[in-house]
Amino acid sequence: MLEDKDRIFTNIYGLEDPGLAGAKNRGDWDTTKKILKLGREEIITQIKASGLRGRGGAGFSTGMKWSFMPKEVGVRPHYLVINGDEGEPGTCKDREIFRGDPHKLIEGALIASFAIGANTAYCYIRGEFYREAEVLQRAVDEAYEAGLIGPDACGSGYSFDFFVHLGAGAYICGEESALIESLEGKKGQPRLKPPFPANVGLYGCPTTVNNVESLAVVPEILRRGSQWFADLGKPHSTGTKLFSISGHVNQPCTVEEELGIPLKELIATHAGGVRGGWDNLQAVIPGGASVPLLTKSICDTIHMDFDSLKEVQSGLGTAAVMVMDTTTDVIRAITRLSAFYKHESCGQCTPCREGTGWMWRMMERMVSGEADVEQIDLLEEVSRQVEGHTICALGDAAAWPIQGLIRHFRPEIEQRIADRKARDTKAA
Amino acid sequence: MVTLTINDNEIEVPHGRSVLQACEQVGIEIPRFCYHERLSIAGNCRMCLVEMERSPKPVASCAMPVADGMVIHTNTPAVQKMRKGVMEFLLINHPLDCPICDQGGECDLQDQAMGYGFDRSRYEGNKRAVEDKYMGPLIKTMMTRCIHCTRCIRFATEVAGVPELGATGRGEEMEVGTYVGKALSSELSGNMIDLCPVGALTSGPYAFTARSWELKNVESIDILDAVGSNIRVDYRGPEVMRVLPRLNEEVNEEWISDKSRFAYDGLKRQRLDQPYVRHEGKLQPASWPEAFEAVAAALKGADTDAVAAIAGDLADCEAMTALKDLMTAIGSPHLDCRQDGAQLDPSVRAGYIFNTTIAKIEQANACLLIGTNPRREAAVLNARLRKRSVMGEFPVGLIGPRADLTYDYEYLGDNVSGLAKIAAGRHGFSKVLKNVERSMLIVGQGALARDDGAAILAFVRRVAESRGMINKSQGWNGFNVLHTAAARVGGLDLQFVPGKGGLDTNGILDGASSGRIKVVYLLGADEINTERLGDAFVIYQGHHGDAGAHRADVILPGAAYTEKNATYVNTEGRVQLARLAVFPPGKARADWTILRALSDVLGKTLPYDNLRQVRARMVEINANFMNVDEAMAAPWGEFGEAGEVSNQAFTSPVENFYMTDPISRASATMAKCKDIFVNGSEKTGTDG
Repeated sequence: MLEDKDRIFTNIYGLEDPGLAGAKNRGDWDTTKKILKLGREEIITQIKASGLRGRGGAGFSTGMKWSFMPKEVGVRPHYLVINGDEGEPGTCKDREIFRGDPHKLIEGALIASFAIGANTAYCYIRGEFYREAEVLQRAVDEAYEAGLIGPDACGSGYSFDFFVHLGAGAYICGEESALIESLEGKKGQPRLKPPFPANVGLYGCPTTVNNVESLAVVPEILRRGSQWFADLGKPHSTGTKLFSISGHVNQPCTVEEELGIPLKELIATHAGGVRGGWDNLQAVIPGGASVPLLTKSICDTIHMDFDSLKEVQSGLGTAAVMVMDTTTDVIRAITRLSAFYKHESCGQCTPCREGTGWMWRMMERMVSGEADVEQIDLLEEVSRQVEGHTICALGDAAAWPIQGLIRHFRPEIEQRIADRKARDTKAA
Repeated sequence: MVTLTINDNEIEVPHGRSVLQACEQVGIEIPRFCYHERLSIAGNCRMCLVEMERSPKPVASCAMPVADGMVIHTNTPAVQKMRKGVMEFLLINHPLDCPICDQGGECDLQDQAMGYGFDRSRYEGNKRAVEDKYMGPLIKTMMTRCIHCTRCIRFATEVAGVPELGATGRGEEMEVGTYVGKALSSELSGNMIDLCPVGALTSGPYAFTARSWELKNVESIDILDAVGSNIRVDYRGPEVMRVLPRLNEEVNEEWISDKSRFAYDGLKRQRLDQPYVRHEGKLQPASWPEAFEAVAAALKGADTDAVAAIAGDLADCEAMTALKDLMTAIGSPHLDCRQDGAQLDPSVRAGYIFNTTIAKIEQANACLLIGTNPRREAAVLNARLRKRSVMGEFPVGLIGPRADLTYDYEYLGDNVSGLAKIAAGRHGFSKVLKNVERSMLIVGQGALARDDGAAILAFVRRVAESRGMINKSQGWNGFNVLHTAAARVGGLDLQFVPGKGGLDTNGILDGASSGRIKVVYLLGADEINTERLGDAFVIYQGHHGDAGAHRADVILPGAAYTEKNATYVNTEGRVQLARLAVFPPGKARADWTILRALSDVLGKTLPYDNLRQVRARMVEINANFMNVDEAMAAPWGEFGEAGEVSNQAFTSPVENFYMTDPISRASATMAKCKDIFVNGSEKTGTDG
């Protein structure tokens, strides 16, 4: 369990002042100038050494991502884009950062921008986070006022501007290239890769897109040293992470914990345990809507880190833990997710545009049992036809929950179909 | 060069190619819907997925640039399965209405479904239905068939330069349309019909008139503007059913204008299908011998010096050759092919052609437009200018009427004073022209078809020379005349201009008004003021009952461009051949044969009996006619005349793009377009 001294997000519950005074009290903006003095190379090296992996879901090494940016700033300026379009169902970690610790993000954005040679950062916030955007904007204004950012950020001589931009609430705009399109004022649709944003990003310029949480932890890592961060958690899954625990637990919450904590312990310690006790647990979606769910038998022993979850064919994702007890109709639950993906598909590429609707319609039939057993295989096959064949990862995200359901709950689906058949026969 | 392996074959391809292009280079066809060579890459259909080693996911070959050491597989079972998967997705919401779809038989989806489709559907839901969108009178939409490849959107935005199409909604509800439901305001919109891989966008006028497999076709050229776009004329029996573009990188790439494509219904209306002779003030049907006798009688009664001939905008070179020879035989020097009165100098070829050539616009670095609106006068050529503009760093200056040309330009005034500033180096744009390598100017008929046209021509020549547009050592000639008539350059090449002491168009018309000219032979000349013909005896040879025919005393029915083997020279000076698709209606005949027959009756038999001999005669007049399909560089020289120029504003000769000649004026489709785009009488959703 994470000790209080190792906590990075010390105002995640919003008990203290999110403003500059409160933030400084909690240690933010301390020795930022000294950190910048380390220089681009050293900052990237330290972040690489800390083992920080992106907190937005894909888990790509943050330091590595920064190192992809061109070493010299050419005629095209560099940009940092902050992905605050937290739309993954079940996830509410960035929201808490905006509310309680906005200065951590701004400071992290300054350091990251410096490390990638950008003088401008755009924070793209989900449209629904209107109040949160206000808090962030206040924090930005304070930081400008205090000279922490602006033409001479923290007295370092480095010029840095921070802009807050509200989206309109489309899930797809959380995909980095769709986010860039949306930020440019276009329809939010993912771009083809290559070229990657580090080469051709916002307005055609080299761009790094980082998750809010990934950036917010950066100042603390550099202040306490990369070794401190690397010692927390597990190898390949270092440091702490915000977990959003929701669903059938007694106290849903967002909490910072060490990566690699056993799921059972996480739920028991912070969320007051599963409703009706651990034995009442049916399934858990461990990382936001797009990762396959886990059955209770897996949950008994699973640790919450990238590798362990990958081993059981799921993923850490955004670490949004959704708990479902035995009262849940798990087929219906996954169907709701299918409806979500159908609704949020941008419609650009064929497999996702056509496949998400098809999968959702089949899932609806699975819920009511109006299907044949063979159609479970068809559903599985269609999900495979979508997975990996799309421009962005939304296709995968739509396919995985269904694949997880079929993998773990096929008998339940078959039972549902059999029950329906029996009922129909009786009625006839 | 980059070396990569495709299906175990190592190949070398130039840097910057895509995997799909590399595959095509070795003869492997990759199925695709959204990819198109001339549009940006969308990568959204996912049909072209291939396997790439060391890549966890399959890659879209259209969007993946080649790299050294790449290993690509296109023929594995996994790739087959992916394509079948994508095809199945495309088909679940695509209606199975191929039997009533105009795209049937030439549909990419239909074709590829043969290779990758299933014979039954596994989809049990209802198919999506999408409301059809209004896109104007030319494009018929059936949006349920749309597979969202976005080719039309990209064409409108990138090539046509009218970003009026887009996708609204997302996911399954994504719909392609104009959102506000208005006609696409592009002169090139018909090309979207060709680009659409399915039957979502089909030709409105062609709808349900024929199936593609019933049609025969000939490769021909378009003559409704002076670009000489290469076309394919599709016909069934005696009827032209549609006109499609034909690939020619040098001229029209694979686009044609809406007039070229849709004016063909004009070929069936207002046709002159038999000779007429005016008796007692009324045109009466006549036989060929009667008509010829009437002509002979009129000529017999007139002095040779009182006979004149004017060739119109659609006249072919064979007919002009025959008429010129006939006029020479009669002994009259009064002939002109410039019915608009353009003061073009026939003595120096470089002074009346588009020297740069259309393709080389792409190499130019700056352009000055003088008295022209290329978007209306030569829509396809304007697309080239736009293409160059989109490539970047292509300053364009415009002296003439302000217009939306689909690219940015600097406005330099509407009269000759703007040109004077450029000539004197007193304007910033003058330096732009001087400082870049390979600059060009385009002078339109709006600047030349006026009294001071010859002086303006000379002035423009000096601007071209002083701004370094003529560079012999580099083979660059940036002086260009943009014509609007398909017959014009051919006429000038044939020296169909006043002979020694001869009158030009204005002189002929004045002479006819005053009574000096007694007989006027109009070879398809309809764009003159026929009231000025006075009491002259008018012989009209042409294919449409237009202005000239109404005034005529004798009508000799000729053939339209789809009904004869004929030579035309486009604005670049490129000699091209139109070919016979269908026979002329009724008693109408190919034009040069009419003149040949008439010469017999007049006792001045022309010395050619077949097309080969006429063409030999054309080569005799101008050796350039040997170079079919080539645009030959013309030597520079002195042309135009020094003189006073007036400050009168330049105007474009084409006010109404959709009706410029007897064929398009007879077209009902073009009339609808005129209503909407020129008269602005479009009904919108809030009307009625």
